[in-house]
Amino acid sequence: MIIAGIDCGAKNTKSVILRDGKIIGKGMTLTGFDQASAVKESLDAALKDAGIDAKDVDKISGTGAGMEEIKDASMKVNEIRAMAKAANYFFPSARTVTDVGAEMGRAVKIDERGKAIDFAINEKCAAGAGAFIEAMARAIEVELEEMGPMALQSDKSIPMNAQCAIFAESEVVGLIHAKTVKEDISKAIHDAMASRIVSMIRRIGVNEDIVMIGGVALNPGFVGCLKRELGIDRVYIPADPAFGAAVGAAVVLKEEA
Amino acid sequence: MAKYTTEPLRCWAKAKELRKRFYEDFKGAHEKGGIRCVGSAWALDAVTMGLGRDVYWVTGEPYGASCAFDRPLSADFLAAAENFGFSRDLCSYMRNYWGSIIVNKSAFGGAFPKADFAYTQHICCSHGKWYQNACELEAGDVPLYVIDVGVGAYPPFQPEMYEHRLRYVADQILDSIEWMEKITGRTYNDELFFEACWNDIRVTHIWAKICMLNRTVPAPLDEKSIYSLYVFATLQKSRGQFAEFYEELLEEVEDRVKRGIAAVANEQARVMTDTQPPWGFLKIYRYLETCGVVSIGSLYTFGLEGMWLYDEEKNDLRPRPMPPEKPRSREEACMMLADWHLSKPQYQHFYHPEYKTKMMDAIAKNWRCDGIILHYNRGCEGLSVGIAENRLGLLQRGNKVLTYEGNMGDETEFDLPATETRFDIFLESLGLKKPEG
Repeated sequence: MIIAGIDCGAKNTKSVILRDGKIIGKGMTLTGFDQASAVKESLDAALKDAGIDAKDVDKISGTGAGMEEIKDASMKVNEIRAMAKAANYFFPSARTVTDVGAEMGRAVKIDERGKAIDFAINEKCAAGAGAFIEAMARAIEVELEEMGPMALQSDKSIPMNAQCAIFAESEVVGLIHAKTVKEDISKAIHDAMASRIVSMIRRIGVNEDIVMIGGVALNPGFVGCLKRELGIDRVYIPADPAFGAAVGAAVVLKEEA
Repeated sequence: MAKYTTEPLRCWAKAKELRKRFYEDFKGAHEKGGIRCVGSAWALDAVTMGLGRDVYWVTGEPYGASCAFDRPLSADFLAAAENFGFSRDLCSYMRNYWGSIIVNKSAFGGAFPKADFAYTQHICCSHGKWYQNACELEAGDVPLYVIDVGVGAYPPFQPEMYEHRLRYVADQILDSIEWMEKITGRTYNDELFFEACWNDIRVTHIWAKICMLNRTVPAPLDEKSIYSLYVFATLQKSRGQFAEFYEELLEEVEDRVKRGIAAVANEQARVMTDTQPPWGFLKIYRYLETCGVVSIGSLYTFGLEGMWLYDEEKNDLRPRPMPPEKPRSREEACMMLADWHLSKPQYQHFYHPEYKTKMMDAIAKNWRCDGIILHYNRGCEGLSVGIAENRLGLLQRGNKVLTYEGNMGDETEFDLPATETRFDIFLESLGLKKPEG
């Protein structure tokens, strides 16, 4: 059976193709304003990557902030369920999963079958999401991709007190004026964000193994801060963490088919 | 096809009429030579009734909730309070109330009616200050009496020195009677006080009995409707009409139980909530109902005014039995009223979150709830204090718990789509699905 899983996220739309439970293709595009087009574009890219046609797909499963725009989906899976199932798919020993995407930070406690038992989501605030790092990258005038590696070069611990991305930016501007080097500012930003995510994880209980999915898992600076804050040596990250929820959505459909 | 039969409450129209008349009475009090009195929903309004049957009340919390229900009106009131200099992180009922005075507009039409005196109690950090500022805003000459009821938890939670703590509250009530005579120039009538005291006990006792009936499956009442009914105990517990109305309501709900009438025709799962809801968005309860979920109530709707006793051994809440007979002396009435109100379930968590967790767990188990939805209510510091600890305690006792953030009286702090998404996820975890379309 061939299943497509599509995650129409706030910033990127990701599609995966699963044949008999194995990933055979992936595609990603910017979501932009036209979510329906982004869904089509990412699915086309995944189909091309898998070397199959749209007619070969038996069923489509959707998730993400824009899942209502995935018109061909026979199933819509909420993000919590999708990420829980994804963590279980990649790492069956997982008991906690965190998904840090552009718009949301989430933490879910899961059981041995990948069922969500408890969850926490950041409330009306960018400070626990990828958008926060993007805004801060603009403030210190570096590329987003440079932020993580820069943070790893610092061993300073500069507290950022603001709980809000807007006020945090003011703090960053203050650090720039105080001639703080960008590496230290970057680490302060990642520390601040990691502490928000860790507080969510603590709310549901820190149960190893901990899995991280979502685009921010590609940021080594953030992952380093997260491990330090949690006091653990390893966070399990799948090969393409940004596709995590799309995979989870497809797996849920496969199990229910 | 619906699983259960449902039908509207017969007393619904009467409830609306009673509430309307209550606010009209306050507004028109002076035309009848009467007195306007204001205070908290927890105020011991019975004590003021010894001044005469023409003492008319408005209580701040239900008034604030009525403002919040009308979102554009509330936005005006909140802006006025903030422009005046009151911080936006204060109690949102209080800000709506103050804004209403500043704008000089009543949520029930016309100008804001000025009170003759304020008679309230102080347990959370807002109540006393609420009326201190309100009295100043109302031209600064409204007399205010505040009874300090923050004397520790009721047995079995804190049995130590209870007699002394009770006496401390009862003595303040006694003192307040002389004060009221002085500021109104009226002679106090003890018989009227005893009658009002008894009405207060009837109202809060019967309300608990009504809530007990919601243990039935299917639940005869849903929480959205409960909000429209529990309100009478918050408006004025000592009003005889309200005691009679609750007797009628009790009879009707008993009849619904007997005939298997459900509040939600497709009841599949039962939840309980906590704290005041976001009043401008009560549709979240209808949203739950589309998935077959009935909210059976909460410690808030059951125990804000309803009187219960917690049985630690059985982990159960039972309506507190009424005293054997009416009080016969002023001193006895003051003691009876103080003792009755100090046992209020919603007073107890001010002393330790564990007390509230125990009572909530008792509701979850005995009212057969599948899940608990906690409103992290930014608008009420008093009822939200310790709520995160309640969450942990309830989880440890094996309950499924969802939290959402919001504000009972300030729509700017509530996110409807995000809350609905949370509900969807939670309902899925309970094995329920939203119908397509």
